[in-house]
Amino acid sequence: MKPLTHLRIDFMGRRKLAYIVSALLLIVSIGAILFQQLNLGLDFTGGTLIEVRYGAAPSLDAIRVLLEDSGFQDVSVQTFGASTEVLIRLQQAFDADVGGEVVNLLRSSGDSVDLVRSEFVGSQVGDQLRDQSGLGLLVALGVVMLYVAFRFQYKFAIGALLALMHDVIIVVGVFSLFQLDFDLTVLAAILAVIGYSLNDTIVVYDRVREAIRTSRIDDMPQIFNEAINATLSRTLATSGTTVLVLLALLLLGGDMIENFAIALLVGIVVGTFSSIYIAAALLLPLKLSREDLIPTKKELDEEEEELP
Amino acid sequence: MLNRYPLWKYLLILVVLVVGLIYSLPNLFPEDPAIQISSAQGDSLDARQIDRVETALSEDGIEIKALEEENGQWLIRLRHDDDQLPARDIAADLLGDEATVALNLAEATPEWLQAFSASPMTLGLDLRGGVHFLLEVDMDAALTQRLEVNASAMRELLRSERIRYRNTDVEERTLSIDFASAEDRDTARSLISRDFPDFEYSSEGDGRASTLVMTLSDQSVSEIQDYAINQNLTTLRNRVNELGVAEPMVQRQGPNQIVVELPGIQDTVAAKRIVGATANLEFRLEARNDTPDNETETLTFRNEPSRSAELMRDVIITGDSVSSASNSFDENGRPQVNIDLDGTGGTLMNRATRTNIGRNMAVLFIEHKSEDTVVTDPETGEETIEREPYVERGLISLATIQSALGNSFRITGLDSPTEAAELSLLLRSGSLAAPIYFVQERTIGPSLGAENIERGLLSVQIGLLLVVLFMLVRYKVFGIFANIALALNLTLLVAAMSMLGATLTLPGIAGIVLTLGMAVDANVLIFERIREELRNGMSVQQAIQAGYERAFTSIVDANITTLLVAVILFSIGTGPVKGFAVTLSIGILTSLFTALMVTRAMVNLAYGSKPVKKLWI
Repeated sequence: MKPLTHLRIDFMGRRKLAYIVSALLLIVSIGAILFQQLNLGLDFTGGTLIEVRYGAAPSLDAIRVLLEDSGFQDVSVQTFGASTEVLIRLQQAFDADVGGEVVNLLRSSGDSVDLVRSEFVGSQVGDQLRDQSGLGLLVALGVVMLYVAFRFQYKFAIGALLALMHDVIIVVGVFSLFQLDFDLTVLAAILAVIGYSLNDTIVVYDRVREAIRTSRIDDMPQIFNEAINATLSRTLATSGTTVLVLLALLLLGGDMIENFAIALLVGIVVGTFSSIYIAAALLLPLKLSREDLIPTKKELDEEEEELP
Repeated sequence: MLNRYPLWKYLLILVVLVVGLIYSLPNLFPEDPAIQISSAQGDSLDARQIDRVETALSEDGIEIKALEEENGQWLIRLRHDDDQLPARDIAADLLGDEATVALNLAEATPEWLQAFSASPMTLGLDLRGGVHFLLEVDMDAALTQRLEVNASAMRELLRSERIRYRNTDVEERTLSIDFASAEDRDTARSLISRDFPDFEYSSEGDGRASTLVMTLSDQSVSEIQDYAINQNLTTLRNRVNELGVAEPMVQRQGPNQIVVELPGIQDTVAAKRIVGATANLEFRLEARNDTPDNETETLTFRNEPSRSAELMRDVIITGDSVSSASNSFDENGRPQVNIDLDGTGGTLMNRATRTNIGRNMAVLFIEHKSEDTVVTDPETGEETIEREPYVERGLISLATIQSALGNSFRITGLDSPTEAAELSLLLRSGSLAAPIYFVQERTIGPSLGAENIERGLLSVQIGLLLVVLFMLVRYKVFGIFANIALALNLTLLVAAMSMLGATLTLPGIAGIVLTLGMAVDANVLIFERIREELRNGMSVQQAIQAGYERAFTSIVDANITTLLVAVILFSIGTGPVKGFAVTLSIGILTSLFTALMVTRAMVNLAYGSKPVKKLWI
């Protein structure tokens, strides 16, 4: 395989283009979130979900009519994976027995129906979870920012935070745009994306810091280019392996973790991009200078002694 | 310059490896589906009975893997999962009342591994099928119930001291009693405060409007609530045990919620009815014609709503006094419940019936239920769901007292044998101290569980294979090192999860897959750095040294931040998300160890002690 470290790609020279791409993605995502909302899963809305397996492919309309005739409102019926598997959603959550009632009702029409799974979530739990999750995301971002500010410098922390928000908004935007189910596992995936993207960002930052300390030139864009080119081969290798396993998960893992895998895949692609173009490139408008990292000459000397 | 590890580092790695292997091994021995048979009377079972079960099972084509006896309990291990339910039914039919037959999953860990107390990971419900309930305990009701009990005790006290009171009123956490004069109130206050130290007392009003207001202190409120939830936990555990489920879980979650998980259960409707039942019994006398109206109330029959009876308000005993209960049939073949009372209950019952022979006694069935209704806010149009608890009460029998009743008697008037069986189960396991409501329920069918395991394992295997190939192609010999480290990482991760008793869930498997992808990151960072230093003209040994050293800060910083996120994920998450967070956190720690220490040890062993011209990297 060709070593990529020889490459001298002018990342920073093309940052305007990258900003435009990012801005477009963000606008589309925010627009989708505002106008289409999220297709929140059962975990957050409360309600009842029933997955059943029929002996032979049933007529979805017939099921819907049957359920509506029996007094269930807001019924959504769709196939799930195979044509014999049917997913029924009821927004109402009057009591926890609905699941059993529905299966009995479907059986009464003479078909062989097996209950694959049923979930009932009370509306209070949903509300509670929504608040808790939002809070969790904020706490995660806050803690991470503090850590970066402590280990690097506050300008790095701002860059990292903006990059993470960029990633989260775009993943959520994709879920809103394509109206994919946003449930607890997707939220877990988004937190994992935060962890992953941050991982990437920190590797780049670490190299930027090193390059600033050892480089003799003052041209920041060029220093950044060097640092990013030096880590590029690692970035692509890690993203590559992670994308490979995620593809395995998406294609083989089954329907229940499909959305989880999608969220991670989108997040990792966007996260890799953002650690180069958002996290690093944003340090330029933030006017990161050598003095931010090396306050006095004395510390520089110590640093050089440490690294032979 | 040479790269060598001190001996203790090699030894440390070796020890960790051996421990990891031992504790991850049990996962290779899957649990056997089994049925567990124990005697209903608590003595040991006759081996001949087990022989009969064995013959019956093999006649039905059910393969038995092994038979084991321990402390008079028999465990029949089966070959196939599908046989478990029919086997239980056959055994239960055959043994009848003599024995309790329950489903079980028997560990198949070999004994030498058990000696290290190694055991496999527990599988989550999404992998083995079953039901998950989240129940909320109605704390307000627990308080009100306690206040009502206190109020009736206070009334009793006031009556016996001949102090006249007018009204008692219970509201949230306060109890107030109205008196005809301030004097009465003050005497009552000194009397009551001696017996009920849990309250904060204040006197309000004067003369005919004198009121004694008693408020529960914060401490006693939390004591009452703790008591209510603990009592409910005990009752639920009793009930779940009666259901005969293998490895059930009943656990408190947060201040007022209880999680119940029943793996492998098929009949969820029945399970829910029994877990969530708030049924209790009350025994009361029928009112006489001359009883004043304010001491009676009229109640209808449960299965005949048009029929009603007038009962005394005073309760003789409740279901809480029942020490044991069983169901059977009366001489006409109708279902009945045989009840044994505890000492106090027996005395009360005897005293009440002895003096009232010839009168009718009623058995009242009481059930706490709730109904959700959608309320639309007239201003905002926002819909909220409000839960309205209500109590359903109905007579199940009204029979003439023929003679004084003692500690044991029977009740009839039940709809069906099932109802009799459930009522006796509920009476045995005790009633709930406060009503509970289902706020969440998940049912995973057994087929979905098996499918999830299969798919999860497949994606781990394929993912692992892809990463291994990628590393081999890209880093050649060093790729082999990284791959060995990756395999160890997986072993350690599984071992750590087994040792911690963590539950493996589907998102947990996803966490493992993701960890595999990210675990190689540290090695990629190091190897890239070594390549770079080699290109910069460093010698082989120096490049190895520099590669590990310079990549170290990046690796630690990057992993600590990910770990922080995983910890936050763990603390806010519930169920599936927690499973994911656990695997992710453990995976980060094990991958740090394998990527930094283990690969370095291998590199040092292979190249460290001799001059090397060229690295295959």
